[in-house]
Amino acid sequence: MSTRTLAVVSAGLATPSSTRLLADRLTDATVAALREHGVDVGVEVVELREHARDLADHLVTGFPNAALRPVLDTVAGADGLIAVTPIFSASYSGLFKTFVDVLDREALDGAPVLLGATAGTARHQLALDHAMRPLFAYLHAAVVPTAVFAASEDWGAGGATGELGARIDRAGAELAAAIAARPAAGPADPFDDVPDFTALLSR
Amino acid sequence: MQFGVFSVSDITPDPTTGRTPTEAERLQAVLRIAEKTEEVGLDVFALGEHHNPPFFSSSPTTTLGYVAGRTQRLQLSTATTLITTNDPVKIAEDYAMLQHLAGGRVDLTLGRGNTGPVYPWFGQDIRQGLPLAVENYALLRRLWDEDVVDWEGRFRTPLQGFTSTPRPLDGVAPFVWHGSIRSPEIAEQAAYYGDGFFHNHIFWPADHTRRMVDFYRRRYQHHGHGDADQSIVGLGGQVFVRKNSQDAVREFRPYFDNAPVYGHGPSLEDFTRETPLTVGSPQEVIDRTLGFREYVGDYQRQLFLIDHAGLPLKTVLEQLDILGEEVVPVLRREFAARKPAHVPDAPTHASLVAARTTPLEVVA
Repeated sequence: MSTRTLAVVSAGLATPSSTRLLADRLTDATVAALREHGVDVGVEVVELREHARDLADHLVTGFPNAALRPVLDTVAGADGLIAVTPIFSASYSGLFKTFVDVLDREALDGAPVLLGATAGTARHQLALDHAMRPLFAYLHAAVVPTAVFAASEDWGAGGATGELGARIDRAGAELAAAIAARPAAGPADPFDDVPDFTALLSR
Repeated sequence: MQFGVFSVSDITPDPTTGRTPTEAERLQAVLRIAEKTEEVGLDVFALGEHHNPPFFSSSPTTTLGYVAGRTQRLQLSTATTLITTNDPVKIAEDYAMLQHLAGGRVDLTLGRGNTGPVYPWFGQDIRQGLPLAVENYALLRRLWDEDVVDWEGRFRTPLQGFTSTPRPLDGVAPFVWHGSIRSPEIAEQAAYYGDGFFHNHIFWPADHTRRMVDFYRRRYQHHGHGDADQSIVGLGGQVFVRKNSQDAVREFRPYFDNAPVYGHGPSLEDFTRETPLTVGSPQEVIDRTLGFREYVGDYQRQLFLIDHAGLPLKTVLEQLDILGEEVVPVLRREFAARKPAHVPDAPTHASLVAARTTPLEVVA
């Protein structure tokens, strides 16, 4: 079995959080599906709430502090990402967007990504397609076809065998297939790509 | 090793009084700071270049020309000279003029400038920042090193039979440092030419500086200018020092909390931990500064930022007194004791003249 890294970013604010609950369900489904592909995966969960101040500091200072740097490195170096946000005011939360804003522009280039969102009612579900997908399209991420939305009512609708559970399994299988189909991601080194100066001079 | 100060020429309200100095006051204050830098025994005064408020220093060679006339041994430099939006012909002329006026006490640090609107004000485009830095410097080098230049490039009108005047003093161009916070290409440029690399260092984590300097040093050796540890490195630093650490923290905190760049973000304590900012006693500044050597190796120039964020002139001059009396003499001694003999000092006009190989000797 080869070993990969799956990063999970949850922007939920409450404890316990339905956003984190959805993230965990998506994670379990992806890990199980990866196992069927013969891929062992290490899971790194990032709770953005714990980095709310670090993210605000990054906006002001322009660099990630010692607590935030390894988080950004984890996401940039992962073989796949599950990103789940609560829907606030018709879109992803500000905390979630701040995290995306401080990611390196190339951090998710070509990376398999599974999107999830939660809200109080199903009326917000199109935010996944109208807000989340364009954001990750900008980042050149390879977003899997199924994105999973969970409103309050979904949590009581038939449990793991119901509609939500089926969507979670389908999304997890799609992300697992995308991860298994790609070579393992290596740590990115910005100094690897610097052209020799003679090449810069002749441009 | 050279020690000095650099100013970005910001005009910032003093948060403890709410008063903003006038342009005239701040300009005069910077002149006084420059003179004081020599009086207290430091080596270098460097001034930034900006073309937008709240900065005043649009014409650093004018200011440095005045300072040259008021000082005897102070090395004059920039932090930085914009290699992107200035015509390299004008840089060649202006800094050769300054070099003559100052009797050779001039070097300069090139930077790209990160303010988007400034570029179109000078007919350029920030998206071309890197190609501009590459082409303009290639031309600047030739204008100083060759008496008659034929040239054609992408960004300015061609030159036919052009001679930049005055020719560099004693036929030796001012030493050039290349400053960059995060562009490895600029470190590569410095390494390619065997020039100095200056890392602003302040406002950023030390590990970032370490990686940039390490890359420059490796590439310096790759391009055949000497061993990696013989490359020429300068660092910025930011300090606020009082006899007692607690007094320094208490006095500096309102300036920190409201400072441009990092104010209203991390706490003073967080930022001190994350970046080279040091607020404390002379001994704390000494220990921290000596610690820079641990991650960049033996280096040639240390410049401190001491006059930004609205600090009043009186306070800045007191900072210079403390640096000159209690900090820098110790740093000189301690850095010298640690530096191996094969690591060079920062180039000066005298050392560059002495090291010059004439064409005749090359033939021989």
